[in-house]
Amino acid sequence: MKEISLHLLDIAENSVAAKASNINITVIEDIHADRLVMVVEDDGKGMDAEMVKKVVDPFVTTRTTRKVGLGIPLLKAAAEACNGYLTIESELGRGTRLEVVFQRSHIDRMPVGDLATTLLHLVIAYPEIHWVFKYQVDDKVFLFDDAPIKRELEGIPLSDPDILSYLRAEIENGIGEIKPADSW
Amino acid sequence: MTTIKSLEDLKKLREQALEKRKAKSASGSTQVIVAMGTCGIAAGARDTMKAILETIEKEGISDIIVTQTGCIGLCEREPIVQVVVGENPKVTYGKVTPEVARQIMHDHIQNGKIVENHVIPM
Repeated sequence: MKEISLHLLDIAENSVAAKASNINITVIEDIHADRLVMVVEDDGKGMDAEMVKKVVDPFVTTRTTRKVGLGIPLLKAAAEACNGYLTIESELGRGTRLEVVFQRSHIDRMPVGDLATTLLHLVIAYPEIHWVFKYQVDDKVFLFDDAPIKRELEGIPLSDPDILSYLRAEIENGIGEIKPADSW
Repeated sequence: MTTIKSLEDLKKLREQALEKRKAKSASGSTQVIVAMGTCGIAAGARDTMKAILETIEKEGISDIIVTQTGCIGLCEREPIVQVVVGENPKVTYGKVTPEVARQIMHDHIQNGKIVENHVIPM
């Protein structure tokens, strides 16, 4: 995948598949510390230690009936190629926290890409999930919480054309206001 | 930031949407499902989804639910989009580029005509 935001979409889909009700996404561009951090936290069904090992490195274990994808290993390899790392903390019945870190200035770091589109799609596609998104560039923060919006809409679908335009503008402007020019 | 002002805007939008719903008789809802597994995303499914949402905005299509799903086991035919109109059986489309997605929105969703050359027989 060519963008961190495409990986974000992929990782968030895992949280959706784990039947999470709350998914928190954090993207931090720490220019001074030269780090780019992405965290996806959910309250889904979680994994045991063995499963965590498998999703991170699907080729070390013999194949089982359980399906293990390549999304996480691909992202881990990309982070490690940029002096970074990927960690997963998970507990059965509690949820999962995935953190991936890149050296921000690394020549091989893929661009952050279209973060706004990724987020908009998640919010629209899974309205039953409570999404909280935080994007931080140094000390500037854009926080998007879809709960007050849904409360206000009282059942009007988010995919209504006018609501869609509203959400798009809200997210695009919020991210656009603080995104640094050099990382996209 | 979600400011109070913009929440007021939202209230207005909600009322408009309600008005439109009242005007439109129960035409039966439409569901569009975009496969967004790792395979789908790698094949460009996000651009496909983007084209679908942009068409909804531009054409003002209401009574439509757009959702995503994981890998459905046809990775080589990604990006995959499934369409359910009212009581009709689900139609599965393969190789749905943004252009094909716009065609599906126009022909199938708006005019009830299935885009035959992209249908995956299930």
